[in-house]
Amino acid sequence: MSLLEISGLKKHFPIKTGVLRRTTGHVYAVDGVSLAIEQGETLGLVGESGCGKSTAARCVLRLLEATGGTVTYDGIDVMQASRSQMQRLRRDMQIVFQDPYSSLNPRMRVRDIIAEPLRIHQIGTEDERKRRVMSLLETVGLNAEHGERYPHEFSGGQRQRVGVARALALNPHFIVCDEPVSALDVSIRAQMINLLDDLQDELGLTYLFIAHDLSVVKHISDRVAVMYLGKIVEIAGSDVLYDRPQHPYTEALLSAVPIPDPRTERSRQRIILEGDVPSPADPPSGCVFHPRCPRAQEVCTTAMPPLESTGGDAGEGHLVACCFATRYPGGAPDAAAADAPPDDTSSAGRRDASSA
Amino acid sequence: MAERLLEVSGLSTHFFTHAGVVKAVNGVSFTLDRQETLGIVGESGSGKTVTALSVMRLVPDPPGKIVAGTIDLRGRDLPAISEEEMRQVRGNDIAMIFQDPMTSLNPVYRVGDQIAEAVMLHQDKGKKEAWSMAAELLRRVGIPDAKHRVTQYPHEFSGGMRQRAMIAMAISCNPDILIADEPTTALDVTIQAQIIEVVIEMQQQYHSGVILITHDLGVVAEMSDKVMVMYGGRTVEYGPVDEIFYNAHHPYTWGLLGSLPRLDLAEKTRLTPIRGNPPDLMLLPEGCPFSGRCGYERPQCRDAWPQLEIVGPEHGVHCHIPVDERLARRAELPRFPAQVS
Repeated sequence: MSLLEISGLKKHFPIKTGVLRRTTGHVYAVDGVSLAIEQGETLGLVGESGCGKSTAARCVLRLLEATGGTVTYDGIDVMQASRSQMQRLRRDMQIVFQDPYSSLNPRMRVRDIIAEPLRIHQIGTEDERKRRVMSLLETVGLNAEHGERYPHEFSGGQRQRVGVARALALNPHFIVCDEPVSALDVSIRAQMINLLDDLQDELGLTYLFIAHDLSVVKHISDRVAVMYLGKIVEIAGSDVLYDRPQHPYTEALLSAVPIPDPRTERSRQRIILEGDVPSPADPPSGCVFHPRCPRAQEVCTTAMPPLESTGGDAGEGHLVACCFATRYPGGAPDAAAADAPPDDTSSAGRRDASSA
Repeated sequence: MAERLLEVSGLSTHFFTHAGVVKAVNGVSFTLDRQETLGIVGESGSGKTVTALSVMRLVPDPPGKIVAGTIDLRGRDLPAISEEEMRQVRGNDIAMIFQDPMTSLNPVYRVGDQIAEAVMLHQDKGKKEAWSMAAELLRRVGIPDAKHRVTQYPHEFSGGMRQRAMIAMAISCNPDILIADEPTTALDVTIQAQIIEVVIEMQQQYHSGVILITHDLGVVAEMSDKVMVMYGGRTVEYGPVDEIFYNAHHPYTWGLLGSLPRLDLAEKTRLTPIRGNPPDLMLLPEGCPFSGRCGYERPQCRDAWPQLEIVGPEHGVHCHIPVDERLARRAELPRFPAQVS
């Protein structure tokens, strides 16, 4: 059984207007997300801003009450958990926030920030807590003297280390990393990624790693899920996803990332998507990606295809929500049309026509 | 031989604050030719933006001041000319695109007003003509339905469209030099790809020289002809883009390249970050600002700034490590791109 199972998760925020604050619509921030995370793995969640990655994570931790769906952590239904159950869950599920500037209380010393979760959950004596804070500081690469300081005395990278130490204080098994390195400079970002990697090995942690930087996600994740406008459009092992993306959005996303290698850059063909991400308050009908999709057909405007395996040799773990997903039967994209099953030839033909 | 547009030499810009002198830019030199793209890379606080602002003479004074150096714009020394002349240079000769399109457009004026304002300031054009030019410019940077869009306010534009509007404004007076300060940092990758495309198209159309300031080495690899790597207000290495990526000589450049997770490589090699934290600009040593984090340091590093050493075609580096030892050290690195690919 998976450590965490998310099924049909939905979060719709009401839009209220007028003096009476009547609900006139909804922002469909997360709209039917299903995922499973195995013990000890890192699941990367990527997507552009506003696609619902953070909202989904917050619903999983029940920092937001979901509109629908279920979240099961270690056999416990998180949505229905009682107060006391929830308190136990909170020890086990932690979060590291994106912005190390606003997620630490500027009026507290670092040692108090790290000890706060221990105090809230009434763990240990004052003395034991002190020792625990010292060892946590050391774990994240800071020293005892740093504990006496205030957050403003630290650089961004050091602050993020404090945020990690706080998340580790209660010995959690599962940590949501919500864009933990996005605000950091390149050299510091690498330190942070290595730290998270090491901690996972030492402590056997399970991560849900949210980021918009695809190269960071590829580096750290075992499997990656791609989100677009509140829905998961593709999920696969990280190497498979990056080598053989099947969803046109994933392909475009990957091709948009500039690679720090001038020779590769010069020889690369780029898929440039037109237009912007539509508003989640008024999502397109059918497949949410169809207005920007180079392969969109009539059928795409009517129904959102389910997230399912397309067969092929990619393995069962590779799921994609697209009627015209790229297939790699012989390993080469060109062979896809020839080897496709008969019922798919028409769509493959049309795909060629639309890309011409 | 391409036409030389800009030659900056020995530029130093310092900020005189109550707490002390911040040497934000310290003896920086570079050149820019027509149709060339110079990428300036470095982390926050390395002096990239202040270098660009100095060229534009937009450094707030006080506390900032250009204390040394020349900025030669086709025969005119920019630090020496009058403010009146400088105002003509901005827009006509050099235009700038800023990082944050949300804050660099005025929210209470229509987008068309703001572009037309730039046009009317620099060209002898009436309001009506300037407005139709504004619509044309928006169309050229790829905004659909430009005639209608030009009458809208910035909040009605998405992030990518605002950045397009900024580019339209920058190219409105056909400048020779376009300075783009982190033009895509605030944008999502698919929108970033669109904006990069627009900048490249505009450069080809107007034959401008582009100075691209960024911390993203991927964007640099994609767009630049040559690269200047800055650290702590100094240029540590400077050269053609291939030299910097495949034949880097400065330990800081190695560190930057080794810190990057790569999308195009299958194997997961552990990242080799630069140890330590960014320097305090108030307390920079006389010598190399990277000493302390370098790892190959020797006694003279802290005390003296190394002379420029030419190590390849147009490729210079400031480093005290003798060149043989440097190459030997580089060969030991686990993640140097030349060995990976």
